[in-house]
Amino acid sequence: MVEVTDVVCSLCGCVCDDITVEVEDNKVTKVKRGACSVGKSKLMGHNRIKSPAIRVNGELKDCSYDEAIKKAAEILAASRRPLLYGWSSTVCEADKVGVELAEELGAVIDNTASVCHGPSVLAIQDVGLPSCTLGEVKNRADVIIYWGANPAEAHANHMKRYSYVSKGFWTEEGKKAKKLVVVDVRATKTTKMADVFLQIEQGKDYLVLSALRAILYGHADVVPDEVGGVSKKDLLETAEMMKGAKFGATFFGMGVTHTGARQNNIVNAIQMTRAAHTHTKFTITPMRGHYNVAGINQVCTWETGFPFAVDLTRGYAWYNPGELSATDLLIRQECDAALVIASDPGAHFPGESIKHLAKVPVIQIDPFPNPTTEFADVVFPAAVSGVEAEGNVYRMDNIPIRLRKLIDSEYPEDEEILKRILDEVRAIKEKESN
Amino acid sequence: MAEVLIKNGVVYDPLNGVKGEKKDICIRDGKVVAEVKNPKVIDAEGRVVMPGGVDIHSHIAGGKVNSGRLFRPEDGRKGLEAKTKVCRMQSGYSVPNTFAIGYRYAKMGYTFVMEAAMPPLAARHTHEEMVDTPILDNAALPLLDNNWMTMEYVNGGDIDLLAAYVAWIMKATKGFGVKIVNPGGTEMWGWGKNCSLNDTVPTFNVTPAEIIKGLGEANEKLEMPHSIHVHTNMLGHPGNFEITKETYDLVKGVNTVKDRQVMHTTHTQFHSYGGTNWGDFESKADEIAGYINQNDHATIDIGSVILGDTTTMTADGPMEYNLYQITGRKWTNHDVELETGSGITPFLYSGKSPVNTIQWAIGVELALLVEDPWKIALTTDHPNAGPFIGYPILISMLMSKKRRDESSADMHKVIYDKALLPSIDREYSLYEIAIITRGMTAKALGLHEHGKGHLGVGADGDVAIYDMSPEETDAGKIQKAFLNTKYTIKGGQIVVKDGEVVATPDGKTYFVTPECDDKLTDEMMVKLKDKFDRYYSVTLNNYPVQDAYVPNPYEIKTQMRG
Ligand code: SF4
Ligand SMILES: [Zn+2]
Repeated sequence: MVEVTDVVCSLCGCVCDDITVEVEDNKVTKVKRGACSVGKSKLMGHNRIKSPAIRVNGELKDCSYDEAIKKAAEILAASRRPLLYGWSSTVCEADKVGVELAEELGAVIDNTASVCHGPSVLAIQDVGLPSCTLGEVKNRADVIIYWGANPAEAHANHMKRYSYVSKGFWTEEGKKAKKLVVVDVRATKTTKMADVFLQIEQGKDYLVLSALRAILYGHADVVPDEVGGVSKKDLLETAEMMKGAKFGATFFGMGVTHTGARQNNIVNAIQMTRAAHTHTKFTITPMRGHYNVAGINQVCTWETGFPFAVDLTRGYAWYNPGELSATDLLIRQECDAALVIASDPGAHFPGESIKHLAKVPVIQIDPFPNPTTEFADVVFPAAVSGVEAEGNVYRMDNIPIRLRKLIDSEYPEDEEILKRILDEVRAIKEKESN
Repeated sequence: MAEVLIKNGVVYDPLNGVKGEKKDICIRDGKVVAEVKNPKVIDAEGRVVMPGGVDIHSHIAGGKVNSGRLFRPEDGRKGLEAKTKVCRMQSGYSVPNTFAIGYRYAKMGYTFVMEAAMPPLAARHTHEEMVDTPILDNAALPLLDNNWMTMEYVNGGDIDLLAAYVAWIMKATKGFGVKIVNPGGTEMWGWGKNCSLNDTVPTFNVTPAEIIKGLGEANEKLEMPHSIHVHTNMLGHPGNFEITKETYDLVKGVNTVKDRQVMHTTHTQFHSYGGTNWGDFESKADEIAGYINQNDHATIDIGSVILGDTTTMTADGPMEYNLYQITGRKWTNHDVELETGSGITPFLYSGKSPVNTIQWAIGVELALLVEDPWKIALTTDHPNAGPFIGYPILISMLMSKKRRDESSADMHKVIYDKALLPSIDREYSLYEIAIITRGMTAKALGLHEHGKGHLGVGADGDVAIYDMSPEETDAGKIQKAFLNTKYTIKGGQIVVKDGEVVATPDGKTYFVTPECDDKLTDEMMVKLKDKFDRYYSVTLNNYPVQDAYVPNPYEIKTQMRG
């Protein structure tokens, strides 16, 4: 048995990196400290795709990697409008090959941001993002706001490692000396911990943000007695708390990116942060979901110039979310083949998109079976990044951390599978041009 | 490997004193040699030949560059070019994608670029992008001035321990030299504040002046190839020239065993301002140049303005906030725990604006008023004062008074009262251009000892052949020649021919590994470990940049002086 320290969790955007595990006989046998329960179960391993497979007459039939590579490359090379989707639960090294494959194919490359924090990216492109690393929050923040986010359940270590419950240089007393504000449409495990819980009506985030902004800019007089289900008194108190902060940190989640005014909610949240910044230091950070969704946005941006929804048909990058995101492409029934990696559109896309996706040939690369596997035509099992493979990922605050390899895998890494598909696609194109 | 012979070129190789001589250049196995036997011959036909360009300060890779790209799709769309058989796709103007950065620099004859600011905690990011930047050799300067470790050692006067920390950071980040950006001010920006040179930073009880001096001393103890590289306090504030001069004085007495400056101050245009507000704002380039002329311990790069839209970005968080307050455009900020910060905002330099006009003049004035070109480097602080693609414009202005007069006539008339440019007659020679774009920069970085910036035997086979005769005086033609080389040769391989990229080899990453006494390191590690245990959000073991991030390493070892 060996004990491995400083293990990095490859599950959520917290990317906890202080985990200790025990490894015996090429297995993670115990997670000793550091991980939350879902992180633990990822590290311990679970149900895997066993073999590469190709669908024949409606049934997935096991095959060799060579056969699957060949089939996948044929599908992609023959496609007129391929879509390469996913990328946020794998490492940057794989993402880079993904962009290169998209370039070679003239494909649309999109990542899961388009169905989670895509609206946040649009908002950032509109107004920017005054933010900071999570360690800044830990060391300085005395007022913490979670808006449309439920970290106690979705990012279990977030408060303990980085925010409300953590202890840092100017925050030695921990939560005793901090204030927690939670804004949500319903009571959650997180709202129970809050000093202030603003329970707002569904879809009214924009209004409540506007009211707080107005108060912070000194225009409390224009705010009515009640806004989006919150009393003016509570809003005034919250604004006072924000103004009184030495360092304020707002975190926002999917509850606000995908309801009501969507990206305009986020623009407004950022503007509220700027308003607070006229009184004291205030920052704002999106609660990114998958462990490397920030990373695919980074890679896609430095390689293509744009973070998601990028069309490479013309040989250069054309960026137009709303037209070129995966779901848009599928709803318009434009895409005629798809490669899905490390994600599950079968479970997360709107029905109409899934309907079209199920009709076209789909190549899946994933360690784990999921609803997308049900209709995938070529399936590649891959090594689990962070357990069986190393590589770079970006935490939700864009801090790059290297995942560790703990045990050997019988499966190849995502990067290797993609490289082999790319080589095969090039070989096919070479043959065709001769 | 194949041999290359460049014949009939007129060679400008300042580090070897070659001033426009007809001279053959021989390359074998990527290095300059005395003679070759069976070479591929490139006939330069009387064109201008220089060593590959060395950029001393440019923001080309890392978190804030990419945040700039991400939040400016409108800039990305300006530079779109489809992939070719050789090149990958390109995008962007002031914030080009990594591929475009490599190709465009190579087309201008550059083969080495220094990334000017690497937040240590995010060093992996900088390296990931540098690896993805084709052709160019590269290196990066880790930020070391707002670090709590630095401030605590400066406060205690422990320069040896500070040196041990600097050495550790160099190794942990695979960094090249000590970068200082608004010392103290960026830490105070953690609370939304800023400070000037002699203010005390609360909690840490040090002044920016003490930080600069301490790091200057530590840097020389480690015998680093480069001096400290300083973005002084109060960037962009009217009247800041006094602070800039005072900053130079801080390290006047610092000794070095190296044959170079002990301080390089960067984008000095932004630090040469007179006046008390934007109304009476004026150029003090003469004051700064006067200081540099009278002293030998400091060098500068100009950070000259290129008119038009750009994306400003710096670790100087409060400065970017001020700029955003002026323009009201979008603003991104990213403070980095225990170390540094950054801010980004778009900016338009307009010839119609009196302030921008004076700024535009100052950078060029500095280059013209500093008498010794070995003390000055050509930069735009890409992309802060403008994108690097504007270098050929600057070269043509330095070489042509006529060009400057014509351009000045298009600017706000304030240029005739509050700037000095119209009164300066000096014109740069090609030899002087070669100094400020390769000879001086390589020497100031200490890279001339590692084959950069010259064409002596043993140097890297990095050569630029510009499509112009040495007698050319037409500014337009000069500009065109410096934008797209006839040939760029990198390590003996032709990478650009007739202005087109024809090969894209990987660049090398240069980094410095200073060694110091184990006892000193052990003592320093006690303090550092405590920082990680209690304050950092990553662990000590996950912090250092792994070898995987630097696939083409060039290591420079140094030893701390006792
Ligand atoms: S909080 Fe997220 S990153 Fe941390 S252990 Fe849990 S799942 Fe993993
Ligand atoms: Zn700079």
